[in-house]
Amino acid sequence: MLKTSRTRVRPLAVAALATATIALSACAPTDEADSGTDSGASESAGTSETPAADECTPDTMETVADGTLTIATDDPAYSPWFVDNDPTNGEGYESAVAYAVAEQLGYTADQVAWVTVPFNKVVQPGPKEFDFDVNQVSITEARRKAVDFSSGYYDVVQTVITNKGSSIDGITSLAELADAKLGAQVGTTSYNAIVDQIQPSQDPAVFDTNDQAVQALKNGQIDGIVVDLPTAYYMTAVQLDDGLIVGQLPLAGDEPEQFGAVLAKDSPLTGCISSAVDALRTDGILDQIGQEWLEQQGAPELS
Amino acid sequence: MTDQVATTEAPEDWEPSEVQRERNEWRRRRTLRSAVIAAGSTLLLLGIIGGLVVSSPGWERVQATYFDWDKAVSSFPAVLEGLWLNIRVMALCAVLIVALSLTIAVMRTIRGPVAFPLRLVGTAYVDIFRGLPLLLVIFLLGFGGPALSLQGLPTSALFWGCSALVLSYSAYVAEVFRAGIESVHPSQRLAGRSLGLTYGQTLRHVVLPQAWRRVIPPLMNDLVSLQKDSGLIAVLGVVDAIRAAQIQTAIDFNYTPYVVAGFLFCCLTIPMARLTDRYARKKGYHGAGGHL
Repeated sequence: MLKTSRTRVRPLAVAALATATIALSACAPTDEADSGTDSGASESAGTSETPAADECTPDTMETVADGTLTIATDDPAYSPWFVDNDPTNGEGYESAVAYAVAEQLGYTADQVAWVTVPFNKVVQPGPKEFDFDVNQVSITEARRKAVDFSSGYYDVVQTVITNKGSSIDGITSLAELADAKLGAQVGTTSYNAIVDQIQPSQDPAVFDTNDQAVQALKNGQIDGIVVDLPTAYYMTAVQLDDGLIVGQLPLAGDEPEQFGAVLAKDSPLTGCISSAVDALRTDGILDQIGQEWLEQQGAPELS
Repeated sequence: MTDQVATTEAPEDWEPSEVQRERNEWRRRRTLRSAVIAAGSTLLLLGIIGGLVVSSPGWERVQATYFDWDKAVSSFPAVLEGLWLNIRVMALCAVLIVALSLTIAVMRTIRGPVAFPLRLVGTAYVDIFRGLPLLLVIFLLGFGGPALSLQGLPTSALFWGCSALVLSYSAYVAEVFRAGIESVHPSQRLAGRSLGLTYGQTLRHVVLPQAWRRVIPPLMNDLVSLQKDSGLIAVLGVVDAIRAAQIQTAIDFNYTPYVVAGFLFCCLTIPMARLTDRYARKKGYHGAGGHL
């Protein structure tokens, strides 16, 4: 009795396993048709061969949504890069640049859609739900292995800020920062600047957001924060009661550090976005937007 | 034992009977057979899953981003250094948590109307800190505590982060201890009292030793959990294993350091979980974990 029933179960089990396998492989993801051609960025540089202008129109560009330019940024979107945490209003440096890029490519403001994508999701492998992302991401060669960058739309200067009367208030050289407890946002080139350029004796404090770094500075848990210059102005003017800019760090390499738009690795749009940014730079539009949204006076350079 | 052959002593002459030998042989074969089947089915399942993963279209990208050996090697020292902080935080907090939670548990189990305020405080504490998400407690204490600017209180992120861990975890562990204390049969307590021991002595010599032994498996469970949650204090600015991995990842957007961190955490926690299970089984306590 038992025997017969068991022999009947076996093929059933095998069949079930086979079915499960087939079902699993059936719902396995398939690669998006990669449109065959490997257009877009070349291996090394983000600014690949400049595409002809007629390749970069809303009709010909392979955007995520047809006829629409889908732009991503994180939430919250910070001042002075965005205003009121609303990228769609065209206010703030990065929002204005994004709309200028769209206009350069022939999109109207109505044909621009914004999506919220956390930074980590932007730089992970896999298909992207946006055409490009603007989120104060610095261009580095190492990062090019994972994503494409457009040409840089902003030259970054790293600065140190602090509260009046702190131990680093009024210093003039990098050497005087050696014993300071400095903070920065995680995963930023500001953090790298602390480790590589300042090389303080105390490990830097690392925060999820710049807001938390400001809170720690207010609490006296850190002596100073390293951020890019526009953010430094915003922090000292708005977020801190008696904040001040200590000074800017000297250039780390020969090239100035730049923010660039992030695109999926080997995106077909990299060339178009880059040529649009380059055009904005040569036409002086980037400078105009900078004058409108960013503080222009510099900060003293730390020797 | 010396190997003596063919002595006249009866016990040495004993051999298992034919039937017993057959039985042993049959049992051995069955054991072997189930081991082979178990290994086969495990390999088949792993093979199917592995095959599906490796044959998926995005596998190459995933492999380059999450399983890059060079990146793993280069990020290992930083992640390991971060893990050292996790281990120190865990060790320190574990001691403090046991002390605080035992106090709370004793407060909650004291009898008599006079001790009502103690029970009230204990219950309120457990309710509040079990109700608050750990991350929230860390944020509130870690950024709010130093903002008080109280003289004599340190502003260090480590101090406040550990305080938050201790407060939060003690609420859970206090409940574990209370369960242990209440699981000791009332007759034990009464026996202690009838021998002339005071309430305190009964607690100290009769109830707590038994309660303690009973709750070791669930305590170990909480310790494993604490090991992983110790990293949450990274939000206050200190660098633990996961934060170190995040920093390494930001250099070139390669996520291998996270896998390295995960691997290191497993190296810590899995042996502890196995040890707990073994201990629990030895004690005949089968509620603490699955059998492998």
